[in-house]
Amino acid sequence: MLEVKNLHVAVNGAEILRGVDLTVQTGEVHAIMGPNGSGKSTLAQVLAGHPAYTVTAGSAAYDGKDLLGLKPEERAREGVFLAFQYPVEVRGITNSYFLRSAVNAIRKHRGQEELDPLDFLQVLEQKLRAIGWDDTLMNRPVNEGFSGGEKKRNEILQLAVIEPRLAILDETDSGLDIDALKTVAHAVNKLRAPHRAFVIVTHYQRLLNHITPDVVHVLSEGRIVKSGGPELAHELEAKGYDWLRAGATVS
Amino acid sequence: MVSVERYLEAYRAFATNGASGAPAWLKELRDGSIAHFAQLGFPNTKQEAWRFTSVAAITETAFEPAHPVSRIPHLDSIQPLLLGDGPRLVFVNGFLVRSLSTPVSDGVRVDGLAQALVDTPDLIRQHLGKYAGFQDRPFAALNTAFACDGAFVHVPERRALEQPIQLLFLATPGEGGPVVAHPRNLIVVEREARATVVETYAGLSEGVYWTNAVTEVVAGDGARADCYRVQRESERAYHVAVTEAHQGRDSRVNLHAVAVGGVLTRHDLRGTLAGPGGYLILNGLYLLAGRQHADHHTTIDHAAPHCESHEYFNGVLDGRSRGVFNGRIIVRPGAQKTDSKQTNNNLLLSTEAHADSQPQLEIHADDVKCTHGSTVGPLDARAVFYLRSRGMGEVEARRLLTYGFAAEILGRMEIAPLRAQLDRIVRDRLGER
Repeated sequence: MLEVKNLHVAVNGAEILRGVDLTVQTGEVHAIMGPNGSGKSTLAQVLAGHPAYTVTAGSAAYDGKDLLGLKPEERAREGVFLAFQYPVEVRGITNSYFLRSAVNAIRKHRGQEELDPLDFLQVLEQKLRAIGWDDTLMNRPVNEGFSGGEKKRNEILQLAVIEPRLAILDETDSGLDIDALKTVAHAVNKLRAPHRAFVIVTHYQRLLNHITPDVVHVLSEGRIVKSGGPELAHELEAKGYDWLRAGATVS
Repeated sequence: MVSVERYLEAYRAFATNGASGAPAWLKELRDGSIAHFAQLGFPNTKQEAWRFTSVAAITETAFEPAHPVSRIPHLDSIQPLLLGDGPRLVFVNGFLVRSLSTPVSDGVRVDGLAQALVDTPDLIRQHLGKYAGFQDRPFAALNTAFACDGAFVHVPERRALEQPIQLLFLATPGEGGPVVAHPRNLIVVEREARATVVETYAGLSEGVYWTNAVTEVVAGDGARADCYRVQRESERAYHVAVTEAHQGRDSRVNLHAVAVGGVLTRHDLRGTLAGPGGYLILNGLYLLAGRQHADHHTTIDHAAPHCESHEYFNGVLDGRSRGVFNGRIIVRPGAQKTDSKQTNNNLLLSTEAHADSQPQLEIHADDVKCTHGSTVGPLDARAVFYLRSRGMGEVEARRLLTYGFAAEILGRMEIAPLRAQLDRIVRDRLGER
């Protein structure tokens, strides 16, 4: 589904990613771990099309198509979703209006009829039920005055409603207390599906106590230096990242 | 000053003609006002309160005083400006037109000021000009000097007016040159009474005209007044206005002000919390494009302890437009436990649009909470990316974010048909881009 090859990315002239290779198959959950500044968030944002980053070399194919040649909105319409590390406040627009606009932009792209507010409400209720959440966030302006936990929950809520095929979670666990973490993890587990892949970017192993990944990668200094099964996350938790730094080879 | 003399001369004609039958107190008020105006003259940009706003375009135009017109607009032509079939007063060039107005339920007085001066002169005398001071406001002085018609709303003690009352001020082309109207409104909501009033100013003329309005709102102890004001004058209009609210103990006033029309707008809003426990909301939006200029000067005067005020003003500026916001909060000595919050956010949609935002806090008590914040800038690039990452195209993302800026203000308005009307105006504006 996703095939990243030798990806080099720079921001403001500084090279952050220095040859990332990553292959994700449909239905899989991949965790990208790594120390601060390793380029994890850059990878997530580049895949979503953030305009601040410049791809200097390499490629990323999504369903065989050139992902990097698409605008951010085109990627979203094709089924790519990024749960932001720092979700943005949108003044004056309620969550429900925002989500309906997003869903309709995607439906329009697919040649489906747009949903009116009532139809959307039904879809929304069904999606909320599926992950066991209520609608308390829906009539508030997007992320405005939300607590850190609410913002992260809201990203997962959007994921549930938008139903992407490739979901990238950028440090969704940061800033969450243990209860909020469990709530988010539970929803993500509900959303795992054979037709959907997850790329979960995280600094800590703790989210992976609740979401078991198929593959764990370690990103360091702009390259994936090690990949393995779920046990690699535990190893990292015990040993930290230092043993993987300079000189380490891809296993 | 040729221009000032012009108005003094017009006043002399008015005093000996139209105003000659006025009671002595009113004559005195008008004479005092014109004398003040003569002394003050028109403001200039050397004065602090007018630093960003030149009224040269007004002073250089030879405005004639407006007179009642013979051609009354058709009801159909004003339908889009109305809020359903609720009670309303319709004014053309400042004068009440009964045939377009609809009555209000009994017990509450809603009438033209001219008629009210005949029917209930004592009630008018008790309030008129008592709040909207003109000592340092030449335009308010001019309005007071020429005040002869406008709306008078009086809600007696403990009476709650269910439906909103609409006051519609229309400008139509005069037979001669450009005209100036001085609508004068007085809204008195007595103790524990409640009223909702919507003022709409709109132009049926594409020509140059000038509206110089003053509205005084009095909320008695425990009263609630919801005042909405929509300025949608035509493109070449000048609009100068003062809204002055005076609040008693435990009263609540919500002042909403939307400015989308006119080439030059200056609106001074002032709320005085005169008794303890008062609550005031100022909620405003200016939506400007082309060469429009709108200046909002707001003052919240905490003159009593334990009052709360919230002020939200958003500006959306496109083209070469300019928005000016000055938000003054005064906390008088002894006004302890004051809680006052002010925000002014300006969105610049073009590199040539400009906004000036000036908070001004004057705090003379020590146990108070006062906060203010203001922003001026283009759309947040992070927000644009956020929306695009959810499937919305760049144009759509920008439009939605801009809409949100306006919707934040409109969302605080409690009259659904008015909200829908304004929502349409906002969407039309954004669609034009």
